[in-house]
Amino acid sequence: MIGFYTLFYKELLRFWKVSFQTILAPVLSSLLYLLIFSHVLETRVQVYQGISYTSFLIPGLVIMAILQNTFANSSSSLIQSKISGNIVFILLSPLSYLEIFLAYIGAAVVRGLLVGLGVYAITMLLYGVSLQLPLWALLFAIAGSMLLGALGIIAGVWSEKFDQLAAFQNFIILPLTFLSGVFYSIHSLPPGWQYLSHLNPFFYIVDGLRYGFLGTSDISPYFSLGVVIVCLTIVSWLTVWMLKSGYKIRH
Amino acid sequence: MVAAIEIHQLYKCYGAFSALENINLSIHPGEFFALLGPNGAGKTTLISILAGLTLATSGHAKIMGHDVVSDYVNARKNLGVVPQELVFDPFFTVREALIIQSGYYGIRKNDAWIDEILHRLDLTDKADTNMRALSGGMKRRVLVAQALVHKPPVIILDEPTAGVDVELRQALWFFINQLNREGHTIVLTTHYLEEAEALCNRAAMLKQGKIVALDSIRSLINGIQGFSIQLRLSSETLPPILQEWPSSRHEGLHIFKIKDYFQVETILALLRSEHIQVLEMQLQQPDLEEVFVKIMGAESSEVL
Repeated sequence: MIGFYTLFYKELLRFWKVSFQTILAPVLSSLLYLLIFSHVLETRVQVYQGISYTSFLIPGLVIMAILQNTFANSSSSLIQSKISGNIVFILLSPLSYLEIFLAYIGAAVVRGLLVGLGVYAITMLLYGVSLQLPLWALLFAIAGSMLLGALGIIAGVWSEKFDQLAAFQNFIILPLTFLSGVFYSIHSLPPGWQYLSHLNPFFYIVDGLRYGFLGTSDISPYFSLGVVIVCLTIVSWLTVWMLKSGYKIRH
Repeated sequence: MVAAIEIHQLYKCYGAFSALENINLSIHPGEFFALLGPNGAGKTTLISILAGLTLATSGHAKIMGHDVVSDYVNARKNLGVVPQELVFDPFFTVREALIIQSGYYGIRKNDAWIDEILHRLDLTDKADTNMRALSGGMKRRVLVAQALVHKPPVIILDEPTAGVDVELRQALWFFINQLNREGHTIVLTTHYLEEAEALCNRAAMLKQGKIVALDSIRSLINGIQGFSIQLRLSSETLPPILQEWPSSRHEGLHIFKIKDYFQVETILALLRSEHIQVLEMQLQQPDLEEVFVKIMGAESSEVL
């Protein structure tokens, strides 16, 4: 237990010591998206009856920031440790693979939630958005960030250089988040794209969080939660298996 | 009594290449053991398997009776490893690194012991310095400190003195010697054979993944027959009578192989009879380096 707690704490310190880069910068970039998109689209687009485009966009931006930063945290921490070699301090220790798994996910979730909270707090001040069902929002924020934290561990363990990690991030994570309905409702898409969007697990996280904010969503939040939990279970199992087998880190 | 390190029929293969082949080794508690061999002989691979950084292809290894795979928690709690590479975490100070490392081993309040290792490794005034700002030698000391936070009974040092200046080298050996006298089992690899000879009781020599010699340092050296005498002579060329003698030349010195001290007298008598004067004379006892060169040069048919 002390071992897990220490690694978790170390991972928190790691991003906290560079919080300009790890928390403030993503909050700022989310706000830039918001300023530009809401300026351009506020008067032209209405997704749900009686809800402004800005109110629709804000939960999407909050969850996008959360997902991208949880992924970035666990993956970049691991690849940095691997490349600089200091991962050896963890590998030499009696920490179990489960402790390692939970500590990396935990720290990633904390960073994701801090960024999400930052985006939410500022948008609330600027636009006065209300949170209709905060528990639903928190549930999706936590489940979604755990999923991305686990994917970050997989990417960090699998990558041997920064280049490969960047490929994972730019060719898998980024398209999946941008195409998950952050900026639009998938009901506005042609049927083929709608179908494809339903195969994107990130869509369910975004839609679920939006339900928490607005009290309305594209599909049932219970169904979304189910999909997210199934994905989280599969990805977590895969991550734990990788760590247990020593794949790529204990040759 | 349970062995500090017990290795049984250990193999490690990377595809067709076998890095370690049938390693059997037992190191007793309290030993100061040297693992010697040229680069690429498999020393670091063997250490990595003991530390759990690498998985063996087959065979078993135990630290203080705990299997390094099936009972890795207890095996690692009993083992401290100083890695060969100078690795560090740039986010933390020396003290933070040591506190975190203690936590990984499940130790919460470790300040007294951390202060003591900092003091003994002469790091006290660097305790609050960021790891990035330390010199190479200082980083090496921190690596030693990190390996000791959990007071492991078995300590493995992988070339701890590579690229380290004389002063730190002596300080490190003094410290490690102290640890050994306090009861810790020490295993080290080094390319400085005189260090191994001075410090260790026993040595294993590895060559191409196999143990080619395993004995006490004393017996290894005693295994070398005879010694040699180095002479600088008034004449460059040897008289015919001495040209028969097994000898070699090195920077103007004649080096004669001799079996015992009586032969010193024989050589000197021969030189005297030829009116050749001895300008300089030195007797050379066999040392570990000689044993090493001889064993590494031998054909692999002599493999144990």
